Amino acid sequence: MTRTTRGWIEFAIERVLLLCATASVLVTAGIIGVLLAETFGFFSEVSVLEFLTGTEWTPLFSEKHFGILPLVMGTVLVSVIAMAVALPGGLLSAIYLSEYARPGVRRIVKPVLELLAGVPTVVYGYFALLFVTPALQIWLPGLSGFNALGPGIVMGLMILPLVSSLSEDALHAVPNGLREGAYALGSTRMQTAVRVVVPGALSGISASFILAISRAIGETMIVAIAAGQQPRLTLDPTVPIMTMTAFIVQVSLGDTPAGTLEYRTIFAVGMMLFVMTFGLNLVSSWLRRRFREEYA
Amino acid sequence: MSAPRPTAALPATRLIGDRLLQSMGVIVLALALSALGALLWDVFRDGWRRIDWPFLTSFASRRPAQAGIYGALVGTLYVMVMTAALAIPLGIGAAVYLEEYGARGRLSRMIEVNITNLAGVPSIIYGLLGLGLFVRAMGMGRSVLAGSATLALLVLPVVILSTREALRTVPKSLREASYALGATEWQTIWHQVLPSALPGILTGLILALSRAIGETAPLITIGALTYVPFAPDSLSSPFTVLPIQIFNWVSRPQAAFAENAAAGIIVLLLLLLTMNAVAIVVRDRFERRHA
Amino acid sequence: MTVSPRLVVRPAASGASLEDRPAKVDVRGLSFYYGPTRALSDITVAMGANLVTAFIGPSGCGKSTFLRTLNRMNDIIGDTRVEGRVLIDGQDIYAPATDVVLLRRRVGMVFQKSNPFPKSVFDNVAYGLRINGLTRSRSELEGRVEASLRAAAIWDEVKDRLHSSALALSGGQQQRLCIARALAVQPEVLLMDEPASALDPIATQRIEELIYELKKTYTIVIVTHNMQQAARVSDATAFFWLGRLVEFGSTETIFTNPAEKLTEDYVTGRFG
Repeated sequence: MTRTTRGWIEFAIERVLLLCATASVLVTAGIIGVLLAETFGFFSEVSVLEFLTGTEWTPLFSEKHFGILPLVMGTVLVSVIAMAVALPGGLLSAIYLSEYARPGVRRIVKPVLELLAGVPTVVYGYFALLFVTPALQIWLPGLSGFNALGPGIVMGLMILPLVSSLSEDALHAVPNGLREGAYALGSTRMQTAVRVVVPGALSGISASFILAISRAIGETMIVAIAAGQQPRLTLDPTVPIMTMTAFIVQVSLGDTPAGTLEYRTIFAVGMMLFVMTFGLNLVSSWLRRRFREEYA
Repeated sequence: MSAPRPTAALPATRLIGDRLLQSMGVIVLALALSALGALLWDVFRDGWRRIDWPFLTSFASRRPAQAGIYGALVGTLYVMVMTAALAIPLGIGAAVYLEEYGARGRLSRMIEVNITNLAGVPSIIYGLLGLGLFVRAMGMGRSVLAGSATLALLVLPVVILSTREALRTVPKSLREASYALGATEWQTIWHQVLPSALPGILTGLILALSRAIGETAPLITIGALTYVPFAPDSLSSPFTVLPIQIFNWVSRPQAAFAENAAAGIIVLLLLLLTMNAVAIVVRDRFERRHA
Repeated sequence: MTVSPRLVVRPAASGASLEDRPAKVDVRGLSFYYGPTRALSDITVAMGANLVTAFIGPSGCGKSTFLRTLNRMNDIIGDTRVEGRVLIDGQDIYAPATDVVLLRRRVGMVFQKSNPFPKSVFDNVAYGLRINGLTRSRSELEGRVEASLRAAAIWDEVKDRLHSSALALSGGQQQRLCIARALAVQPEVLLMDEPASALDPIATQRIEELIYELKKTYTIVIVTHNMQQAARVSDATAFFWLGRLVEFGSTETIFTNPAEKLTEDYVTGRFG
């Protein structure tokens, strides 16, 4: 093979690989492009003000209202319940695994915890609807069959490993020298953990919290199955609600022709969802970078 | 390496707080693990009786007793194979470029940041992308191809990240030895780096696919059907997948359908278990051979 | 351990003196930069054909960097800059039109820590031949592999296990395998970066005997921090210090009657 032939082949291969790498940029562009295009169409018929501040969401009825607040409220309600489970639970789990547990225990517990994260969300939806909600109904007789509480708890369970694993990484990155200094002054593990290690890992832990919130907001199947199909502006966790994601599923299950306003609503809701999660992810990344700089 | 531990000689009162935190940690973990146990037990209890050969080989039906997951299984197979076919070259190619060629420059860093961001986008948004781009703009319709393309994009960040990890484990000395013999960059990558990183790459691929196999929301969004009394026969055919079939059954009020759903879940979990077991076996066998 | 000033030094290569030998590798005014840092300053030295030239000096003084400029391995690192010229058979290897791949076939390299590929013994040696398309048939390939393994004095030890993993060999055997691998593509110059530093004395001795044999066919440039090794093995020696070439001459001269005080201090063990 002559040198020039070889040179050309190498050049071509490198270009092809570069193309593969830029594909990922195209994906982002695609997402934003598709969302923007349909959202523009949407807002040519619906006012932005009504969308963002309206309190009724009835796009599929004959009398249409396009206020997204009920959907946002439903999403937030479920997410708050989920976070009430996942954040303290995950942090406690992380502290235990990082500061207390023996290496043997960690080696067994961590993979099992990862199993929780690996269960498909449909399965969690089944669990929420047919096990957790009936179980909760024993203590809360007024609990509706579809509600925010059951799926919220299950979602928290699903996200707990994420918080635990990321927080544990953050705790681990705190240099042992800090711990030893505290122990040498006579601190218990709890005092060291609470006063020295956790504050030292705060950016990393916050990053994991924010990522968890983002995950909860974007979750679909658990709420589509178990939370209900009634958009409602409420803080009551015992009644059926509807989240942004569940709405998109509901419309997709039906036969909505392309190009109609109803079709465009799922993109508008999707845009809202994207903006919220993307914003949260950016904050989380920024926090994680700051954390890495502290302990680089 | 675990954190150092203080010696045991502390007054009892101070230890209360210590023990309390420890107990809370243990309780949380116990609760989480028992919840997982409850889930598995519940699903098995509800569904194991329903699993029999007719269940696995029948199509969906309006009557729960006659409904089976065959259509969904075939659909899952088609979609998984196609997703792999799309995601593997794209993902490995991107990872090789970023890791081997791309350490220079702002373009690479921009791509890396972009991939990290994509990894955090909710899966249903990928469904919207697939709907707008593949189903409509590119005219693929609600087909296996559109579904696979959507899932391929969804798992692309995972494939890229895990392949890069695998490439990083290849020692620099290997590359240097190859260059010193007059090999070009691509020859070195193809003959030395990729074979050496193969177990890690394979493991990452299997993990990405096991994520894809459980995905429901994006496929519903692009229009995968929920009632499919047939098996797909081509890339352009409409289809359903196992998680969607499960979702369909769970959404029906009749208790018999719930039983079907539980049975479907058992099959899905077994599939996942197998895939992960294969990943672990692959990784171990390759590590031993090249150790 | 003090170094005796009376090192065992082989007499200069019989016949022609150093100056009469044609320079296989001729370095002129070479300076090398890692980013803004200058690692090598204005090196000028000529390595004679079929001679062993050793580069000695304390660690970190640029010997390995210099070696790597001779086969342009530093190109891989990125953000490096070269000034001056490196002529091999009269041609500047840093000229823009240089085929670097071909260069690395003509100038082979053996590394400090042996780095056999995680493949069989046979595939290790055959690799260079395969990727450069140097053989046309299987039997020709096998012949070249055997010849290289013989040249590296390892054939007898591996001939019954050609297809077993190279990683199962001992450290000394792996290093000789790496030498065989480098020889397979029939280079003209062989660069050796502290080839025996990770080996035990017996393995080291075998490598040194091998070098003595190999110089009949190849021009060898060896970097070493072991002065006795340099004295035993080389015909010419260059003393590096802090990125500069302090002195260059026949081994006998450098070790028994150096011109520079710095050189004398180093070879007598007063520092380094």
